[in-house]
Amino acid sequence: MPSADYDPCCLPDLLPLYYRRLFPFSQYYRWLNYGGLQKNYFQNREFSFTLKDDIYVRYQSFCTQNELEKEMQKMNPYKIDIGAVYSHRPNQHNTVKSGTFQALEKELVFDIDMTDYDDVRSCCSAADICSKCWTLMTIAIRILNRALRDDFGFQHLLWVYSGRRGVHCWVCDEAARKLSVAARSAVAEYLSLVKGGDETVKKVVLTDPIHPFIRESLTVVEHYFPQYALQDQDILGRKESVDKVKTLQQDFQNEKKPETRWKLIKDQALRKQKKDKNKCGQYFEKEIMLQYCYPRLDVNVSKGVNHLLKSPFSVHPKTGRISVPINLKELDKFDPFSVPTISQICEELDRPRTGEEEEKSEDVKENDTDAAEKRKIRDYKRTSLAKYVRYFDQFLDEMARSWKGELLRKSDLQKEF
Amino acid sequence: MEFLSRRRKLNTNSQTEAYGHALQFYGQPPLENISLSEFETFAVDRLKLLKTIENLGVSYVKQSDQYIKKLESESKMLNFPYRSDMDDRKSQSGPSEYEKRRKDHISHFILRLAYCQTEDLRRWFIQQEVDLFRYRFNDLQPKQKLEFLHRNNLQYDTIGVEEKKTLLDKLVNSSYAVSGITVEDQDFYKVPFQDALDLVRMRKVYLKAGYVYIPHQDIVTIVLNDFRTRLSKALALTARSLPAVHSDERLQPLLNHLSHAYVGQDYSIQKNVGKISLEQIDSLSGKSFPLCMRQLHQALRDNHHLRHGGRMQYGLFLKGIGLSLEQALQFWRSEFIRGKVDADKFDKAYAYSIRHMFGKEGKRTDYTPYSCMKVILSNPPSQGDHHGCPFRHSDPELLKQKLQFYKVSPSGISQILELVKGMHYQLACQKYFELTHNVEDANFSLNHPNQYFIESQKLLGGGKDIKREIDTPQRSQENSAARGSTAAREAAASQNLVEMTEELDSFFQDA
Repeated sequence: MPSADYDPCCLPDLLPLYYRRLFPFSQYYRWLNYGGLQKNYFQNREFSFTLKDDIYVRYQSFCTQNELEKEMQKMNPYKIDIGAVYSHRPNQHNTVKSGTFQALEKELVFDIDMTDYDDVRSCCSAADICSKCWTLMTIAIRILNRALRDDFGFQHLLWVYSGRRGVHCWVCDEAARKLSVAARSAVAEYLSLVKGGDETVKKVVLTDPIHPFIRESLTVVEHYFPQYALQDQDILGRKESVDKVKTLQQDFQNEKKPETRWKLIKDQALRKQKKDKNKCGQYFEKEIMLQYCYPRLDVNVSKGVNHLLKSPFSVHPKTGRISVPINLKELDKFDPFSVPTISQICEELDRPRTGEEEEKSEDVKENDTDAAEKRKIRDYKRTSLAKYVRYFDQFLDEMARSWKGELLRKSDLQKEF
Repeated sequence: MEFLSRRRKLNTNSQTEAYGHALQFYGQPPLENISLSEFETFAVDRLKLLKTIENLGVSYVKQSDQYIKKLESESKMLNFPYRSDMDDRKSQSGPSEYEKRRKDHISHFILRLAYCQTEDLRRWFIQQEVDLFRYRFNDLQPKQKLEFLHRNNLQYDTIGVEEKKTLLDKLVNSSYAVSGITVEDQDFYKVPFQDALDLVRMRKVYLKAGYVYIPHQDIVTIVLNDFRTRLSKALALTARSLPAVHSDERLQPLLNHLSHAYVGQDYSIQKNVGKISLEQIDSLSGKSFPLCMRQLHQALRDNHHLRHGGRMQYGLFLKGIGLSLEQALQFWRSEFIRGKVDADKFDKAYAYSIRHMFGKEGKRTDYTPYSCMKVILSNPPSQGDHHGCPFRHSDPELLKQKLQFYKVSPSGISQILELVKGMHYQLACQKYFELTHNVEDANFSLNHPNQYFIESQKLLGGGKDIKREIDTPQRSQENSAARGSTAAREAAASQNLVEMTEELDSFFQDA
């Protein structure tokens, strides 16, 4: 679904402009430096660039923000991936004894991709998305965000639109970054309900008692299900999808209207619940809802400490859209099609400034220690990228507040001794 | 040496104190001198025990009655402690309980030496030791459990009555075995979720703000976690002191031998390279591929694509049966370019991972084909995947259809489904082998897809493979005896089966 105004051929021409004037380097560095609390945290981080013609360059690393900036402006990568923080500088990984170069930490990440829902959405398939199936991503974010916060106690969650057909989550808490592979896979499995590949028909099986986590997730699904599944996807209206639901176990007794059919399913489930309390199968209306709406995670991405994931603010080469952070306060309003493309923001840059903007940027200029840096800040503010960078800033501020506490505590301790 | 006098002597020995409890945390290494032959028997016996544990874990639900019974009889046979309430007075024949505990202690530390050398070995050793520990801990009486915790200074935080009350609902709904009454009666431990990953993974515990609330009955999880962490640290330390041990030429070969024993047959050996032509794969997939590979092959032919998990499982299998790197590249490319991937994209996006499989890229590890255990236990298939074990990861209904499609008899299908229901996936696969090869008894115990292939070719191709038997290291002695007899029988029966393809015959002769 390339957007109307973006042409992949122009990418090589737009990227230099994007990296020179728009990419939010200072925020980006501020994020990955994590307050400088741990030595060499930024320096030992792996970046990987995808260049023209799918040339893949792994194990890039940079000492300073400036070095990162220079390199990105030189290479103009089509895509940027972020990897783990290693025991040594990744760009020197060949010089250390093999076995000692190890991935130590990384954000806990989640990757949700619309292609994994192909068997339950009728509107599009593969890489395509539309506003109808985007609800699935909204549901996924709501469920995972709640669980990661309430159940696992994580606070610094950055949700990012992947640029095409999915979303990523970066859990940035220190505890999350330090999780072992086993712990990551345990978290991912705790969060996975839909199990089985193409060889499995019934992918969700609930047993008694229903775990509080599933209850909470169900309330989210129940909220979206009638509109999304019964109306938008029409799962009980269209012939083929009805057949699919039927294989999960149903008989509609000649009922035609989707809403009534759904009511039938619920009634049957309820009756069964009353009849035999301890048998499984009594939750099938819930199981159907979950099979159709519950987030489908790519567990392997979350599991590995050294797994690469597309960086926020990287461009998606196919659609030209920027991987922007998603503000959860406006999640229901988030529209993937209104996310700016690289061509759009580059154009906005060329637009003549309005008087108001001019004035604002004058203010910023006041003490110009680093004029170029200032100009860059002004530049992105003139484009539709601004609100996403502003949200990213908020996210970073919040994280910085948690370090402040940490730093104060540390210095207090020092004073006491 | 008289029994009584030895007892007395040992009572004054601090070692007796160390073996005061049937279950050990293996905190202190043994300090006594032992003979080389004792060293060897202890080590071999423990290895046998651990291998039994590995096999049982695949065939049975861990901690099920059968699992426990089998493990108990194996422990008994190998003279390891197996009953927590056993004490010296009861054992009339055979070694005393003290001797068993000593053997348990010493053999554990010997295997530490053998299994600390690589990441893979450590992982395997820890997994089996943890399973052994779980079985033994669960076998303890409640009082003994408390005593064990006390003896080893294991203390965990419990939650107060107030907190219990507010969380009552959630606690009851988080664990199958907890009811309102038991919540009031029993202690709940509150620990960071990282310390109880198994419960988190299975969603068998209440989780709030990063802490899990574990009912006392599940305390084994935390203890196990402790055990695992300590063992893992200890192995890392042991690895560092290994050079000293390796300089002892009496021990070094023995230790190496021990650590090699676990892997069983290594199907990555590239002896057969080039003995299979690409044209043969279609017909071989029908005749000699296990169901998982047949399914992957079919999916690849149908979709002209396989996702990563499938490419790994199938690609390594093909490597194991003798495809060369060039053949593999040609095989995958020719199939992929018939789908959505053009040749250019294939060379950029997929060729790398195939060369990687053959150890030609990245860290240049020559990857070994997946065993049944790995296929069954790790990386279950998700949407769009065709890998995994069909007996484990398919709906019984779909499995049935598939078997019908492959012309397995109805009675055979129901036998297979029965095995699947009992979670005996490898036995189900073996049954499939027997049915599709028209043999009464396959006479081998299946644990590797490539083994399936070799056995199948052996049956179909005749008995010219006896030579191969000799240089093939076997997993266990019974196994090799069983196979030897199959081979002999087949040799007799095979005289008239000469029309098999030339390539395959020589493939086995060369091995």
